[in-house]
Amino acid sequence: MVEKGTSLLKMMEISVAEAEKRTGKNAVNMQETYTVYLIETSVEHIIWTNPVPDSLWRRYSEFELLRNYLLVTYPFSVVPPLPEKRAEFVWHKLSADNMDPDFVERRRVGLENFLLRVASHPDLSSDKIFYSFLTEENGWKETVFETGFQAKADSRLKALNATFRVKNPDKRFAEMKHYGDELQSVISQLLRVRARAADRLYGVYKVHGNYGRVFSEWSAIEKEMGDGLQSAGHHMDAYAASVDDILEEEEHYADQLKEYLFYADALRAVCRKHELTQYELEMAAQDLTSKKQQREELATGTIRTFSLKGMTSKLFGQETPEQREAKVKMLETQIEEGEELVKERNTECEEFVKSAWVDIERFKEQKDHDLREALISYAIMQISMCKKGIQVWNNAKECFSKM
Amino acid sequence: MSAMSAGAPRSLASSGQKSIQDILHPLSAEESALNPGSAAEKDLILPNGTPVDTSSPASSSSLLNRLQLDDDLDGETRDLFVTVDDPKKHVSTMETYITYRVCTKTTRTEFDLPEYTVRRRYQDFDWLRNKLEESQPTHLIPPLPEKFVMKGVVDRFSEEFVETRRKALDKFLKRVADHPVLSFNEHFNAFLSAKDLNKRQGLALLTKMGESVKYVTGGYKLRARPVEFAAMGDYLDLFTQKLGTIDRIAQRIIKEQSEFLMELREYGPVYSSWSSFEEDLHDPLEGVSGCVSNCSSALEELTEDMSEDFLPVLREYVLYIESMKNVLKKRDQVQAEYETKLEAVVFREDKKTPVPTDVEKCQDRVECFNADLKADWDRWENNKRQDFRQLLTGMADKNIQYYEKCLAAWESLIPVLQDKQEAEGETS
Repeated sequence: MVEKGTSLLKMMEISVAEAEKRTGKNAVNMQETYTVYLIETSVEHIIWTNPVPDSLWRRYSEFELLRNYLLVTYPFSVVPPLPEKRAEFVWHKLSADNMDPDFVERRRVGLENFLLRVASHPDLSSDKIFYSFLTEENGWKETVFETGFQAKADSRLKALNATFRVKNPDKRFAEMKHYGDELQSVISQLLRVRARAADRLYGVYKVHGNYGRVFSEWSAIEKEMGDGLQSAGHHMDAYAASVDDILEEEEHYADQLKEYLFYADALRAVCRKHELTQYELEMAAQDLTSKKQQREELATGTIRTFSLKGMTSKLFGQETPEQREAKVKMLETQIEEGEELVKERNTECEEFVKSAWVDIERFKEQKDHDLREALISYAIMQISMCKKGIQVWNNAKECFSKM
Repeated sequence: MSAMSAGAPRSLASSGQKSIQDILHPLSAEESALNPGSAAEKDLILPNGTPVDTSSPASSSSLLNRLQLDDDLDGETRDLFVTVDDPKKHVSTMETYITYRVCTKTTRTEFDLPEYTVRRRYQDFDWLRNKLEESQPTHLIPPLPEKFVMKGVVDRFSEEFVETRRKALDKFLKRVADHPVLSFNEHFNAFLSAKDLNKRQGLALLTKMGESVKYVTGGYKLRARPVEFAAMGDYLDLFTQKLGTIDRIAQRIIKEQSEFLMELREYGPVYSSWSSFEEDLHDPLEGVSGCVSNCSSALEELTEDMSEDFLPVLREYVLYIESMKNVLKKRDQVQAEYETKLEAVVFREDKKTPVPTDVEKCQDRVECFNADLKADWDRWENNKRQDFRQLLTGMADKNIQYYEKCLAAWESLIPVLQDKQEAEGETS
């Protein structure tokens, strides 16, 4: 899924090789059990063909920390998502338990995928914190906090959650945000229905196992028909058992969909950030315009804008020319500052739009490619399932014909 | 029954109207030449050691010994061919129903013409079967497809249902036609040849034979059931059980498949709505949606087939076995009556007096019944084997067809999914 030959991945092999259970004391001094994942990296040297791998252990919360850091530090990037924290869209035979070995295994794969995606991202891969996440086991957490990203994170979170109306958002971003919403909605629905269908399919296959038992019992009271029935029964058992592997494979497809479900979120975050920068620009511009207008009014004596000062002066008497002089001077400074701010914010906005759009385009291509691949492997899975079905029933048919 | 002397010109009920001259005495020299040892093999012995008198012309076992009838009968020995085909719908003011064409070709003298074509409806077949059961109580009568169909669940006039029924009715008549005794039954004759099947006609004929046919049921206690008949009864009980289990499993599968189908019908369209806001992925997603839809249709067909073809045949067999168990019970009763009467005679008079005629009659009845039943049982075993081989092979076939349809759908999707990649490969 992640192509080699880009950025960090060109030079370094990364894998999440193992998962292990640990117990320890948590923040509130209580015993807890958690899983740690072994990250193995090996730098490819031109001379040495067999590089010695480095390895360290990280737990899920540290991955989360890394991602939050990246989200704040690279707001214009569609940051790759982590695998789900808790098992969702689970069909009944699949465990929703975080400690379940199958869940842990799928998570291991998901975490590896995350690291590979970051390592192949044109901007994120060269991040120092990311690099030390892969290479420095101790003290990494402190290093992250030292960047002070938390403060930025808090304010950003506040801003993103606030509701605001943007007058002129970039159309493309508005469309992208809408696309993110739709993608999230449709994939959620797909995963939900798929899980229900998986449940039903499981039932269909498993009930056929009952044929195995009854054919066996029946064959005991038959003479010539016995052998054919007995062996057909075995094939029915095999058929019933085959569903476990089939659904295990399908779970992999579900994971691929889930990644893009979470990617939709990351996409929307970027669009929201654009709205925020645009909004701040618009606010600054609005403020500047109003200040300019006030200056004009003071100069010409006409009151076009409503101001409390204006009203009070009307009610309580005009101000002196000195007072007016002072006001004008203050406004001039504010206007100067305002123009600077607008320039700043405008640049910020433009730069953001530029960088973000580049990454969005990159993301679009990646998404189209990955999902197409996922659909192809899904179709191949279905083909394999059909072929197995044909084989089993042909075997059973042969037994029946010998009855 | 009248005296069992060989060569008696009168035909007897249980053997139909075949002329005695046409039946070889099982112990005659010619018989042994044709089939040395076969008569001896098939000799029936009552528990008390006395051999069953198979000299009775009414004994079908003697005929069976010679003919070894089964459905794969060599065409040369067959002289009666029956087919059921051409179902047609009839609409009248009172009701709508289906009739089937019944064609007969025969060289038998019991029939006035060599060929007949008549139209019969299910009711008529049902009438025939009842008549056969009444008039040939010592024989196993083949089953009919189920009479009652739940009106909401199955479409009685759908092509599939009518075809399934036609096949079962055809099988029924063929089995009767191949039976050495049942095929000579006058009701069967009337069914095949009469223009208008006046169902009251049979009644008159029945009363003529009434005395010889009616067996006393109930009231007598059986001493010792012969091992083979006990074994038959046990087998039928166990077999019914197994059939019941299979019926339940099949129903459960149909239910699970239907629920799976429901989910699929929701699953497919989601891909379609996804495709509506994608560009590059539009065709692949639309393709997956179409694929799932095809698989859904295939699954629906499979489930329908199982409901319409598989389950009814199972249920027919259960009913068939019920009627067989009744025949076994009747046999028990006949034997019980004989034993009781024999005992009474033995106790009342001294052993020197000959056995009175009515006790003799009972003995004959027992012997005939046993012989008829045993022969029919072998034929039944054979038919059962064929029927279930066919039924289960059919089930396997339907599942294979389902998977083949799905396979074709998904395989045809692969090039659609890969399409863009190939184009990209060419341009890069």
